[in-house]
Amino acid sequence: MAALLQVTNLVKHFDAVVAVDGVSLALQQGTCFGLLGPNGAGKTTTIEMLEGITEPSSGEIHYRGQRVNAGAAREAFRNDAGIMFQSTALQDFITVREALEMFGRLYPRTIDSDELIEICALDEFLDRDTRKLSGGQRQRLLLAMALVNDPQVVFLDEPTTGLDPQARRNLWALVQRIKAQGKTVLLTTHYMEEAYELCDEIAIMDHGRIIAHGSPKALLAEHFDEVVLQLPRSDILGPIENLPLNLKVQDDVVEILSADINAAVRTLLAHDVSLAGLQIRPRTLDDLFLALTGAALRT
Amino acid sequence: MNLRRFLTVLAARNREFIRDRSALGWNILFPVLIVAGFAFAFSGKPLDQYKVGVYAEAPLQKLATVKKEHAFFRTSYIQFIPVVRLDPAIVKVERHQLDMLFDLDNGHYWINSDSPKGYMLERVLYGAMIVGAGGGDAPVVVASGGYQRQTVSGREIRYVDWVIPGILAMNMMFSSLFGVGYVIVRYRKNGVLRRLQATPLSAFEFLSAQVVSRLWLIMAISIMVYVGANLFIDFTMFGSYWNLLLVFSLGAVSLISMGLLVAARIRSEELAGGILNLVSWPMMFLSGVWFSLEGANPLMQKLSLIFPLTHIIDAARSIMIDGAGLVDVSTQLVVLTVMSAVFLLLGAVLFRWK
Repeated sequence: MAALLQVTNLVKHFDAVVAVDGVSLALQQGTCFGLLGPNGAGKTTTIEMLEGITEPSSGEIHYRGQRVNAGAAREAFRNDAGIMFQSTALQDFITVREALEMFGRLYPRTIDSDELIEICALDEFLDRDTRKLSGGQRQRLLLAMALVNDPQVVFLDEPTTGLDPQARRNLWALVQRIKAQGKTVLLTTHYMEEAYELCDEIAIMDHGRIIAHGSPKALLAEHFDEVVLQLPRSDILGPIENLPLNLKVQDDVVEILSADINAAVRTLLAHDVSLAGLQIRPRTLDDLFLALTGAALRT
Repeated sequence: MNLRRFLTVLAARNREFIRDRSALGWNILFPVLIVAGFAFAFSGKPLDQYKVGVYAEAPLQKLATVKKEHAFFRTSYIQFIPVVRLDPAIVKVERHQLDMLFDLDNGHYWINSDSPKGYMLERVLYGAMIVGAGGGDAPVVVASGGYQRQTVSGREIRYVDWVIPGILAMNMMFSSLFGVGYVIVRYRKNGVLRRLQATPLSAFEFLSAQVVSRLWLIMAISIMVYVGANLFIDFTMFGSYWNLLLVFSLGAVSLISMGLLVAARIRSEELAGGILNLVSWPMMFLSGVWFSLEGANPLMQKLSLIFPLTHIIDAARSIMIDGAGLVDVSTQLVVLTVMSAVFLLLGAVLFRWK
């Protein structure tokens, strides 16, 4: 099946700085694609080139097989695209309802406004000035504005940055709902958990390049065959170097990487280590990121 | 150009402006202040041209008596001021605060030998003697040295009549340049423009909505100022109000387009403010708002033609003071149209959403 959005060898220079360095990717209809990476990795520049907000220095973007660069093709794409920026200012002195109406009138096709209000749970603050919204309410409004034209492809640039855990989970539920309607979603995020939860496919970017690409599960399976055993440092009585295991001390927690849990546990018991505080977790995308870039997530 | 999108942005901008109480308040208050300033400065009787002190034991009664006896004291445009103490009044003559002083009781008068007004008043006094000898106030042929008097009558063109088109146009200029320029730079800086860029809205649709929104506002305010000030001052207006409206509307479009051009790419409000000041101050002084450029350096006169404000003021003055028709101001209309088109086109081409 041909991709809905096909990006080939996208490059963006800002003067001498190469922000995006040869990115290629394909979005399949009805899927959620996650672009991950630290600040300055080139995620936002990439998503803005896809949105048509930033002109690429070179490379091609095709939407439904048509090259999107100018004129009618671009207008058709704009009509089909829903965009939520990282941060957006709205005109002053405008209510939530008016903002939705105004943006709706800029498009030839719009979603039913009652449905939109219901999906994004805007009911309680519909007539409030947009400057008086909480962080979560504001993100819901911005998402609603991105959906106002009943888009085929939705771009979400760090939609949950700065939200509290509850507001973040609410927004995840919204994105799931959008996906369930058959829309295609491209999202950037710092949060590996978010990508794992929402995305069918992810690409990890660093220094303007994609350094890993695939489904979250496949990526983890490809890079890791171990699990992590965590123990409180105080439970290990003897010198830690004596344990014949692949381990790492982080503050007062000891992490043991092992592909064979049984063998690891046997070794621990043989060394009289108490297993009362033992926790076992699978490797996460955070670990993957650390392994791939050798750097902590620069959030 | 999609009309629906244009109207959407227009309505949004109007709504924002009307709800912004402080901006709206200022835009209404400012013209009221201008009108009040005009009323204060220019209404009331024209000032007397000469001041003559009259000293006597009982100056008011004595002045009433001499007005009957002596033609000089009936001269128009001289203000006669009764004084009760002679010495301070003489000091006032020395300082040109009084142009002439009479001591009616002792039959003396003082003038300052360095004062042109004193010299003129003395001549008037001599003339009044001759006319007085003729038995009336009407000048006689003898008194004018044999020249026959002919008269014309007509309303004086006061400075206020001359300056009002300039004031209206200047007010329009500030409102256009800053009102549009600042708003767009602010929208760009805070990302409102970027969000709009992500919609099918075109730059031309967005910019023309800004022009129209500011245009109706400026015209409404200018009409308020004109009508309000006219109540107090009663301007000279020989031409057609429709022609004046056309000139001012076209002028406002040219100035708003100029504001759009300045704001086409700038991201910083400070820089925008600097450039807008750089543009508006020379216009305010070199476009003939306050004084006529007729006697000015020819180079400066040529220079002034690059400013739209010069053409607006020229055309408005011709209509108001000379009763000019559209044909008479066609040059200015053409220039303003061309300037508007060039500014708007350049502004749209150079325009950046972010």
